[in-house]
Amino acid sequence: MTTETFAEDVLLFVNAAVTATGQREFHSAAGRQQLSLDFLHEYVRVNYRRVYAASLALDINDHNAVRIVQGLLEYASEASPAEKRAEGRLIAARLAKLPPQRVYRLFRGLRAAKVNNRRTRAIMRDWLAARPDPAHDAVKYRAGLRTAVRHAHLPLDDGAAPAGELGAFLFRPGKLPRYRHGLLDAWRRAHYEQGAVAELPFTVAEGFAARHGMKRAAFLERMAPRMTRLERLRTQGQRGGAAPQERAAGTDLTVMPLTRLALYVLSLDAPARLRHRDELTLALRTAARRAAGPHAGRWGRVAAVLDDSYSSSGSGEKRRRPLAVALACHFLLEALAAPGAYAPLWTSGARDPLLVRPWGPTPLGLRVLDALEHGPERLVIVSDGWDNAPPGLAGEVLRVWRTRLDPGRSTSVVHVNPVYDADGFDVRRLSPGVPTAGIRDAEDLPALVEIAQFSEGRTGPAELYAYLDRQVARFVTAAPSGGPL
Amino acid sequence: MNRLELTGLTTGPSQVWGGIRLVPLVREAPVAGLRLGREVYEGYGSGVVEVGPRTHYTSYIPHGLVADWSGEGTDSAAYGTQLAGRDGTGSPGSPPRTLTLPRHRHHRLAKRQPGNRLRFLPQHLAMEGYLALHFGGPSTAWEEWSRQALRDGLSPREEDAYLGWSVRGLGDALRTFEIHPGQCGVMVYAADALAAAFVVPHPDDYRLLHPTLVQDLYGELVHQYAMYGAPVAAFGARIADGPHMTLAGLRAAARGQERAWSEAHDTLFARELLDTSYGFDRVYRMGSFTLWRFLPPFLRNGGGQHIGETITDHKGRVAYLKTFRLSEAQIRRGHLLRRLADADWELSRAAVALGTGETELTRRIRDAGFESLLRDRGR
Repeated sequence: MTTETFAEDVLLFVNAAVTATGQREFHSAAGRQQLSLDFLHEYVRVNYRRVYAASLALDINDHNAVRIVQGLLEYASEASPAEKRAEGRLIAARLAKLPPQRVYRLFRGLRAAKVNNRRTRAIMRDWLAARPDPAHDAVKYRAGLRTAVRHAHLPLDDGAAPAGELGAFLFRPGKLPRYRHGLLDAWRRAHYEQGAVAELPFTVAEGFAARHGMKRAAFLERMAPRMTRLERLRTQGQRGGAAPQERAAGTDLTVMPLTRLALYVLSLDAPARLRHRDELTLALRTAARRAAGPHAGRWGRVAAVLDDSYSSSGSGEKRRRPLAVALACHFLLEALAAPGAYAPLWTSGARDPLLVRPWGPTPLGLRVLDALEHGPERLVIVSDGWDNAPPGLAGEVLRVWRTRLDPGRSTSVVHVNPVYDADGFDVRRLSPGVPTAGIRDAEDLPALVEIAQFSEGRTGPAELYAYLDRQVARFVTAAPSGGPL
Repeated sequence: MNRLELTGLTTGPSQVWGGIRLVPLVREAPVAGLRLGREVYEGYGSGVVEVGPRTHYTSYIPHGLVADWSGEGTDSAAYGTQLAGRDGTGSPGSPPRTLTLPRHRHHRLAKRQPGNRLRFLPQHLAMEGYLALHFGGPSTAWEEWSRQALRDGLSPREEDAYLGWSVRGLGDALRTFEIHPGQCGVMVYAADALAAAFVVPHPDDYRLLHPTLVQDLYGELVHQYAMYGAPVAAFGARIADGPHMTLAGLRAAARGQERAWSEAHDTLFARELLDTSYGFDRVYRMGSFTLWRFLPPFLRNGGGQHIGETITDHKGRVAYLKTFRLSEAQIRRGHLLRRLADADWELSRAAVALGTGETELTRRIRDAGFESLLRDRGR
């Protein structure tokens, strides 16, 4: 096996692990995505186990992180003791960052796959011990917690709850006439008492509310203080029944992550976006400045080609995701570029980023030309790689630009792609001369530009390994402080 | 008028999905004074049409088209439709949605409706024109023709067609197709053979009718090409570069690639549709517009042949067009019927015109499925 194929395979896998979620995309169905991912995971796990584990330290998505953890634990016998130790640290750090429902689902998956070795049990024990409130988990993730405890024979740490109550709650429901712990007792009472419903976590309360036939709007209004930030956003159209288009109070948009915020903006219709233009723009700019961090204003003259063609509408499962990434990248690049030196070019010719909608063909070639005319130091293309008006023109323009007009590389061109192409086992490229990286959250853009340089073939596998080691070291040490987003 | 005149429509770059190629047709400005709408029928496409007194036929009819030349656009309602916003409140400014009252029988293929509207059944006009080709059978009582042929003619005559859903890849191709701004039509190719052309007067109408392409009828050949054909190659842009390339030169070359595609399409792909001379048959006149159906000359070895219907303006330019590609067997039948009619149904004269013998011609008539027309003499 040559070193070139190694670097190619690693980048292929990283791109897939960043973009693919096994869900339907605009161009390919869910089944194909899963088959394609299955193959990639097995191939990389068998051939490059060390890289497979190390990719947990990269900004890959949760779906693939869970798959990698399961793959590592399921095929533990293929690793040496030293590798196992390194993997264990990586897994623990990654699980701490994952949302709890994903981890509980992973535990269920491990149980279904009959993985029950000592290491797996230790990992489950440590993760559960680090959960802040076991009683809350017992109510909210009842089946998940029960499965985990039963599968790994874990002692139940009752935390705030009186001794034995948690075990009784999970495994012998109805045995105790009442619980002394407030949350557990609220769950018991909520079965027949409407007043207790409001004391429960929102997703649990939702089911009870439906059972009691409570009015949705009134229920949501009462639950608002107990919801998570995303739950508040998701339900705000249903709250405050008088004007469903108005944003209900109680959500601070400026603290939201950039891509999430872009998704939220795109979920509003055009009049609502116009009405809250100042508020939304301020929130997007704040989030972008936070994401840019130390890089803010350091990128010089930047031009961006942003794809808002019809295919950026994504699919029913990933609604408007590619467009949201493009919108988030727009604001992020604005923050990264030197003040006033940023030129955004949407493929549809749109001028107002706040009002973009997925519409029309993808004349990427001409837009790239327009962008190059600004004479930028960096050109960033955010597109799903389908260039159809006419097909292949963007690749040709970039090739001629690279070979004839700018052989000295005074402009660095990067293509970031939010869509996994199931047939190609990678994200689609525009041109072999332009580095392409998969992207999931616009916040990762500065890091991805670094990865993309490896795919240009100008740096060797030694640098790639060094990069991975750096990332792993940073990830393992930084993990305990950084909680889930 | 014997040609299709597609002036005003420019070809956009094609989009390929598997074996299906879709070529957008873009108008600079929409045709003034004509709009097309859609009427959806209940019954999942099974419909009965009364074509005359005590004559009706049954066919697949998922929807009808309503041509409106009143100049009022789609804001006025015809009988059987209701205007409502998406939320059902009918707020002003929201796009109208057409709901049709249950209707069991369609009266006539093209039927005038109040307020300068015409409802017609797309593709059925064309198909009926083809089916009625010398429908009456022999006009002279030569002794070779059976009594049934003289009495009833070619009755009943029927043709098979494939639904768009069953054309492999067409549904996905239409779903992933990115509609161009100003697009008023599309040409559908299966394995790079022209399967259908569809043109409407206004971009908004096209947007509304784009998904109906998958409910249309397609010829047998189209189905087979899509089924067995390999994925077609996407047209890839190529820019010749030299050492003295500039950014302006690059832009000119890129524009040239767009033009090259448009010209190549008209001369290479759509030639068979545009260069054939058709027999036009007027169906309805509506103001300055005319609804026609047309039949090809039924030439053997003449490439693909299309039947269809079209609405033209007073200059003969196409405002609406829908075509159906005939299969080889269908062309053969049309050819045979034409030659027989030209020879007044006299077998010996027709055989001479076709350059064969009388026995051979009899065999061909039997093979074409018109066996019942001939008197059974051999057995």
